[in-house]
Amino acid sequence: MKIRLTSVFVDDQAKAEHFYTEILGFVKKHDVPVGEKDRWLTVVSPEEPGGTELLLEPVGHPVARTYRDTLVQDGIPLAQFAVDDVQAEYERLRGLGVRFTQEPLEMGAVTTAVFDDTCGNLIQIATRPQ
Amino acid sequence: MCGSESTRDAVHLDLIGKCKLAYPVVVADDLFKALADPTRRTILDELAEKSGQTLFEICSRLSMKHQLGISRQGVSQHLAVLEAAGLVETRREGRYKFHDLNTAPLRQIAERWLVPDTSGPEKSTP
Repeated sequence: MKIRLTSVFVDDQAKAEHFYTEILGFVKKHDVPVGEKDRWLTVVSPEEPGGTELLLEPVGHPVARTYRDTLVQDGIPLAQFAVDDVQAEYERLRGLGVRFTQEPLEMGAVTTAVFDDTCGNLIQIATRPQ
Repeated sequence: MCGSESTRDAVHLDLIGKCKLAYPVVVADDLFKALADPTRRTILDELAEKSGQTLFEICSRLSMKHQLGISRQGVSQHLAVLEAAGLVETRREGRYKFHDLNTAPLRQIAERWLVPDTSGPEKSTP
């Protein structure tokens, strides 16, 4: 068994496509129309083109909104991405106008930070010891 | 909860002329209760290091920096006690909720028992 795909619910797929590619720097892998207005929209890391895909899934269900909003209020991230240097990535993203709810925090061997993906979710970036 | 005894404290402070507190309501019981717990003091330590933390950040700090295995609900309860004592304030900013440290109530402790040092200026007055 392998984890080939994971997903985050997004308010707006076009906005999500912009944020996850232009701002975060992922690359689009699949973009297939589904139904009238939705898309099967996935991105991957340019460092791992064959790696796990992230599905930017439209948040259609009202309960999904409640779930996300409650997590956001308490600052709880929905996904974690790995970066080489949290501080450098924090500064790069801040420069692009990204809003952080948690600045880089060193906790023993792990450093993390949390930002808003502008599509309804908080995302954590983390550096772990190799 | 902060009933007759706290009121009496407030009146007492008034009588001895020391009631120059920035904090308007004397909530001594809540304050001492809040400070009596080591986990709550650790939360205050972390907020002193950086004010404006989400519940998630406070939980992360307690578990990762202090190896305290407390549930999120447990941390929420501790924060509620600190908030009741006026030591923690919450603020909403858009969709997020942040916790800030407020040390003003601690002045009550200092001003309640410490004798003001008035000897210096008095001696220098001719």
